[in-house]
Amino acid sequence: MKRNENREGIKGMANPGRYGIERFAYWLMRITGLGLLAYLIGHVYETSNIVNGKTAWDNFLSLTQTTEGHVVLTLVIGMCVFHTANGIRVMLGHGGFGVGKPARPDYPYTPASQNNMHKLCIYASIGLAALAMMYGMSVLFGE
Amino acid sequence: MSETALAEEQSSTEVSSSKIVTLRIAKFNPERDSGQQYVDFKVPYERWTTVLDAVLDVKKHLDHSVAVRYSCRQASCGSCGMKINGRPRLACFTKISELNSDIVTVEPMNNYPIVRDLVVKLDKMFANHKKMQPYVIREDSEITAPTKEFNQTPEQLEEYIQFANCIKCGLCNSACPTMATDSSFLGPQALGQAYRYVADNRDKGKNSRLKIIDESHGIWRCHFAGSCSQVCPKGVDPAMGIQLLRGYLLGFRK
Repeated sequence: MKRNENREGIKGMANPGRYGIERFAYWLMRITGLGLLAYLIGHVYETSNIVNGKTAWDNFLSLTQTTEGHVVLTLVIGMCVFHTANGIRVMLGHGGFGVGKPARPDYPYTPASQNNMHKLCIYASIGLAALAMMYGMSVLFGE
Repeated sequence: MSETALAEEQSSTEVSSSKIVTLRIAKFNPERDSGQQYVDFKVPYERWTTVLDAVLDVKKHLDHSVAVRYSCRQASCGSCGMKINGRPRLACFTKISELNSDIVTVEPMNNYPIVRDLVVKLDKMFANHKKMQPYVIREDSEITAPTKEFNQTPEQLEEYIQFANCIKCGLCNSACPTMATDSSFLGPQALGQAYRYVADNRDKGKNSRLKIIDESHGIWRCHFAGSCSQVCPKGVDPAMGIQLLRGYLLGFRK
């Protein structure tokens, strides 16, 4: 990247602030996507241990039975739920659904594509993820 | 901060306000400097003082070398786009009193090469804009007989008039997270303009434009963060235009 292009680079892309909840959702979507990718790689590695025999498999699986393992699994549950729920919102938006209709804008301009339905869906995605994490924690850490 | 100064020279207009704001200006000359430097200036302001007024006050009284581009001073020409307190805005359209901050930081817009200080090069944006064929494409013409003027109902006008408000200030491209990392991305400005002409009932160039934007660094790189629409000073809503264009490409719209 040429320095004089003055691009913000990854830092600008990753910054969740400045532009409201939509940009925060964009940031969360990326973070959860990367997290789920990391989990998928770890999961493939974990399950591949089965070829080393039952003892090796049990030893590896015991990692998920620790407190740290439970925390990671709880995060995975949250990431999975948010990524799915928000992904459906984004996919519908990408098809042109729920982004509003073109109209003569009146000051102060409120973008129709950032309407309350989208904001509600973002908050609902975060809420669902939080609920799923709480349920996951109660199952993982519960008696 | 390399220096702090307070205006000593008396302005020709009487200043009734005692309010003073610190204007932090990013100074950078790519031909001479190795990095951006921020210089602080104390500037008096009124309720109606815009950031452009303050920058010009500095230019007039404190530092003549500050490079800034502006023209109409009424949010119509799009020349004075810059980053104000971390967000792309038009300097002539942003009042200092509305920023609710004692320090106003002005920097050049991101994602454009810096010409000097607050001035950026918009060549790439205009090139992408041109790539969208920003004109009505038809075989016939309104001025050549026997064709008459192309009629349009108010409803047909409503389909695109919002997007015709674009003043090419480039703030949307500066706020776009994809533009921050992908130098080949067409950008919300160009894509919004593609929608403007695709949605125009007089235009027959829809297929040609959809072909231009339907590529890897084209419309599919937009991830609907919506920041472009949030910073648009004219209410254009490029994010909506991009998603509606995708509707054409995916076959949901005809």
